Amino acid sequence: MNEGVKYTGIPSAEELKTCPGVVSVSRLEKGPVAVIECVQQIPCNPCEKACPFGAITVGQPITSLPVINEEKCTGCGLCIACCPGLAIFRVHKNYTETTSLVDFPFEYYPSPQEGSVVDCVGRDGQFITKGKVNKVKKNKQSDGTTVVSVEVPKKYCMEVRSIYRK
Amino acid sequence: MRKVQSLVIGAGPAGLAATIEIAKGGGEVVLIDENAKPGGQLFKQIHKFFGSKEHRAGIRGYDIGTQLLAETTSSGAEVLLDSPVYGVYPHNEGIMVSYLHREQEKALLAEKVILASGGMENTLSFPGSTLPGIMGAGCAQTMINVNRVLPGKKVIMVGSGNVGLIVSYQLMQAGADVLALIEGAPSIGGYGVHAGKIRRAGTPIKVSHTIKRALGENQVEAVEIVQVDDKFRPLAGTEEIIAADTVCIAVGLSPLTELAWLCGCEFTYIPLLGGHVPIHNENMETSVPGIYVAGDIAGVEEASTAMEEGRLAGIAVAQALGLYPPEEAVPLKEEVWNRLNTLRTGPFGQKRFDAKVELLQAAKGGN
Ligand SMILES: Cc1cc2nc3c(=O)[nH]c(=O)nc-3n(C[C@H](O)[C@H](O)[C@H](O)COP(=O)(O)OP(=O)(O)OC[C@H]3O[C@@H](n4cnc5c(N)ncnc54)[C@H](O)[C@@H]3O)c2cc1C
Ligand code: SF4
Ligand code: SF4
Repeated sequence: MNEGVKYTGIPSAEELKTCPGVVSVSRLEKGPVAVIECVQQIPCNPCEKACPFGAITVGQPITSLPVINEEKCTGCGLCIACCPGLAIFRVHKNYTETTSLVDFPFEYYPSPQEGSVVDCVGRDGQFITKGKVNKVKKNKQSDGTTVVSVEVPKKYCMEVRSIYRK
Repeated sequence: MRKVQSLVIGAGPAGLAATIEIAKGGGEVVLIDENAKPGGQLFKQIHKFFGSKEHRAGIRGYDIGTQLLAETTSSGAEVLLDSPVYGVYPHNEGIMVSYLHREQEKALLAEKVILASGGMENTLSFPGSTLPGIMGAGCAQTMINVNRVLPGKKVIMVGSGNVGLIVSYQLMQAGADVLALIEGAPSIGGYGVHAGKIRRAGTPIKVSHTIKRALGENQVEAVEIVQVDDKFRPLAGTEEIIAADTVCIAVGLSPLTELAWLCGCEFTYIPLLGGHVPIHNENMETSVPGIYVAGDIAGVEEASTAMEEGRLAGIAVAQALGLYPPEEAVPLKEEVWNRLNTLRTGPFGQKRFDAKVELLQAAKGGN
């Protein structure tokens, strides 16, 4: 049983469900969207400034949890690399009939190759499924944080959060 | 002896920010550090920082260091490197600061001195703890991020504060495997998001566990860990041996206070701030007139709070030197206090806020 982020380092199902950064089930169906798994009040707010559409609010005090406005979020993914906690993901649930895209920050070398098949892991680092690397994004704005996009079976889109580090 | 208006000891975020503020106010300021390069802890921190945008959150530690350095250089302040300070002596003509430079003893006389010497890592003793391969987590961080040397391949991290979590992550980025992170307390001390990074990379975090002993001939070869109960007593039968070549100890920092003791500052003991801390008032001035503190020496916190405390001390020194009339200094200081107070909110910050209030009370003779 996962008792929560304070004990395991992994947000529990309950913590994720009540987290104001995690979008609703119906929003996930509509198209790509940010999923902010930041469940603990820490003094941090770069995500708020990172979103060009004003879809993320931290406000005052700075320890408030980031809140996502799921209508405003276009799923552009710009916020992912701006989060020092590496807690923001992008999920495009209905990418194809059977697969979803999950984008996550990745700060290890080597970066995976686009098109390659990789081992995808969950929040606990354990293997979940094979997935195909759809994109590897690296630019000046993301300041060294690579954003990797993997294509995985749809049922794992809210489970897959990284890949094995080589 | 050369006389200067003000002198700042330690070129970490606190000392750099203090120097910039004094120079901004038009004051003459000399910044001294023992290292060949200024920046304090900042240059080994390759991760993106927390805090607010004003505290340059989301920017990597070394980039914050570079920005502060550029501001310091353009402010016209004088920076003395390779200069460990070994004495601070209040004197009737000012405060004498003695230091070594290229094996030569030197001294300066200053009207005001800011001590911004930072903190140092705590250690842990257990059978085998002197074996090569066992080191402070900050030490391992310096090796990988400054010197680019990997201390080992199979690491056990002890301590789940932010330092233990971040250094574990950085060791993996540098190519090592962190086999486990163990923590004596029943919960993780640092931020969940930092813990989440190493969990995603497959490192287990074992709370209510401690290190029993390290095994090995000429260097660590394995460690024995054991589960503990809520009174930190080992539970027989829960021992586990893990093969490892490196053990990193991240069990907290203590303020580096020798210079403050030496010049006669009054102290108080606040465990939450890292132990013995020099008492200071709202201007960051200690019980010795003209001697100020800022950053981890005044209670171990973060780079963001260290920078703000440095600014505060810098403004207060500029005011004490007569560079700012009170009507200008008071609002400037208030702004900094507001930012400090917001940094000290939330479940992690509130305790530090309370501890800092206790420290300020001590200055008023409360206690
Ligand atoms: C692994 C790790 C991760 C961290 N992550 C974050 C983070 O994400 N966000 C954040 O806000 N903070 C973070 N911090 C904390 C932050 O780095 C420190 O709180 C901050 O550096 C303290 O600043 P300072 O100026 O007081 O001291 P320091 O940065 O330690 O600087 C003190 C300087 O004084 C010098 N000095 C000391 N004594 C003398 C002497 N006698 N003579 C001459 N020079 C002397 C030292 O060599 C050093 O250069 C982290 C710390 C660590 C270790
Ligand atoms: S994905 Fe784009 S629009 Fe959505 S919150 Fe992030 S930055 Fe804003
Ligand atoms: S930037 Fe990341 S860690 Fe910071 S508040 Fe936003 S989501 Fe949380």
